[in-house]
Amino acid sequence: MTEAPPRTPPASSRASLWASARAPTLLFAAALVFLPLILPNAYYFDVAIRIAINATLAIALNLLIGYTGQISLGHAAFFGLGAYGSAILVGEFNWPPGAALIASAALVGALAYVVARVILRLEGHYLAMATLGLGVIASIALSNEVGLTGGPDGMSVPDFSFLGWRVVGEKAWYWVFAATLVAAIVLAGNLIDSPAGRALRALHGSQTAARAVGVDASAFKTRVFVLSATAAAIMGSLYAHYEGFITPGLASFPKSVQLVTMVVVGGMASIWGSVLGAAMLSLAPELLARFEGYETIAFGAILVATMIFLPRGIAPSLGAWLRRKES
Amino acid sequence: MSQFLQSIFAGVTVGATYALAALGFSIIYNASGVINFAQGEFIMLGGMIAAFLVALGAPLALAVVAAVIVVAAIGLIVAKTAVEPARGADVTTLIIITIGVSMVLRGGVEVTMGKGGHALPPFSGDKPIVLAGATILPQSLWVVATTLVVVAGLALFFERTRLGKGILATAHNRLAAQLVGVDTRRVLSVSFVLSAALGAIGGILIAPIANTSYDAGVMLGLKGFVAATIGGLGSGVGAVAGGVALGLLESLTAGYLSSAYKDAAAFVIVLVILLVRPSGMFGAASSSRV
Repeated sequence: MTEAPPRTPPASSRASLWASARAPTLLFAAALVFLPLILPNAYYFDVAIRIAINATLAIALNLLIGYTGQISLGHAAFFGLGAYGSAILVGEFNWPPGAALIASAALVGALAYVVARVILRLEGHYLAMATLGLGVIASIALSNEVGLTGGPDGMSVPDFSFLGWRVVGEKAWYWVFAATLVAAIVLAGNLIDSPAGRALRALHGSQTAARAVGVDASAFKTRVFVLSATAAAIMGSLYAHYEGFITPGLASFPKSVQLVTMVVVGGMASIWGSVLGAAMLSLAPELLARFEGYETIAFGAILVATMIFLPRGIAPSLGAWLRRKES
Repeated sequence: MSQFLQSIFAGVTVGATYALAALGFSIIYNASGVINFAQGEFIMLGGMIAAFLVALGAPLALAVVAAVIVVAAIGLIVAKTAVEPARGADVTTLIIITIGVSMVLRGGVEVTMGKGGHALPPFSGDKPIVLAGATILPQSLWVVATTLVVVAGLALFFERTRLGKGILATAHNRLAAQLVGVDTRRVLSVSFVLSAALGAIGGILIAPIANTSYDAGVMLGLKGFVAATIGGLGSGVGAVAGGVALGLLESLTAGYLSSAYKDAAAFVIVLVILLVRPSGMFGAASSSRV
């Protein structure tokens, strides 16, 4: 995957470029505003919220996997640590939820910085192993530190309130997660189209070539890793308050795999691909739930088939097909 | 002292199964550059199918042989239907494919054999043998002895047979191997069949000691991956050494530090080793690759 997706039309004025890049985001935001009108009950709100959370996580992870070419098989650990950070600080130490969220995110960011400095020297399968190992260690620690985390039984989390506003119920939370998703789309889009984003894509193409033209490879990789981990921690904090009850499963290897799957199936280096991948893979278990036992088989088979027939992921393959039809 | 010896016995026994799993990872990695995340499911399938056949009334020996053959056939099907059509896709895509395969296999077992645990009777009784104050199960001797035989057989296969040499040649340089007439596509299938059979053997050997269930493969597979990484991906000697080292480390951790953190020990040590020697103990430098 060396060719970077040509997102920016070469010769066009700054204004029209802004419009062309932002139009889908505006449309999407508008759709999110009107979506509650057609959601019949709390169950559908819950499904929409789960999709939004996963989509935000997938976008953050895609910055790392899709744009810098660094795999992480332990990203759920950052999500889980953010969730437990908030749960412990608010539940046990009576911190205000907003402060707990910021503190957890800062702690996880600092941890990610240390981790990144050490493990981003590794490449390919060795990096996969290292991130996987860190994720497993984190989830084992969450299961075993019963005094702090409640162990495998999990722990309950108080409601979220911010400057006197208490967020309770699916409908209120819907707006929070819709807003974070749109923010993630806008921020990721800005990052990718900035000089830093071009440096990232150069890294994905060839680290050596990127270094040769003056990109500080390890500094960029570290920054994206920290950014991606911090975003996951923030989502973890919000999720913990929304769900009201968390278990170590949040940080587990299967959850990490699920996130990577969303990124890859949707399309590496494609923000809309991550949204699509998250929507599909969050809906699939709901749709397949009635075929008890067979859902795992169907899920696995869909993964394999998608990767064989659309190895670049659904969104990029769809885009290429549409372009071919146009011309 | 006897507690120490007890930990060593337990560690070597588990380590032998990790070694078989790690060999499975290394063979497929060498033949195709793929890390097969379904390797753990081959281990689980071996134990489950054998236990299932015994429960149906099949004699133990027949059940064991049949289970290995069935799992090897599943390995062939996986190679032909899931991995071969995706040749040339990048690492992350291939990882997702093998994860998809592992879900299909796990789900298949859940649907056909249920969620409950299964056990296999020990091959020759369960009367512990006392040795220098520590006890050892006869099944442990079976595990270690069979692993030794399998490893020796593999070494012969790779050094003496045309097919084995072809796999090694493909691992070193695919194009060069093709030029001298090695059928590299067959190499992929053979490596999956071999790895699946190795996994099945490990799963069957350990099933009388540790119960097996449809979801037992996930952790076993990860441990095999850890062992292969510790030894150096692609190195046969490394896989065996890594497997035994990992088994010992785990049982010593469980015996002397904390049994709750036994599973974490594997992942801590692999991180340390990757940071000190990023290509594993026997990676790259080793010339005797399996």
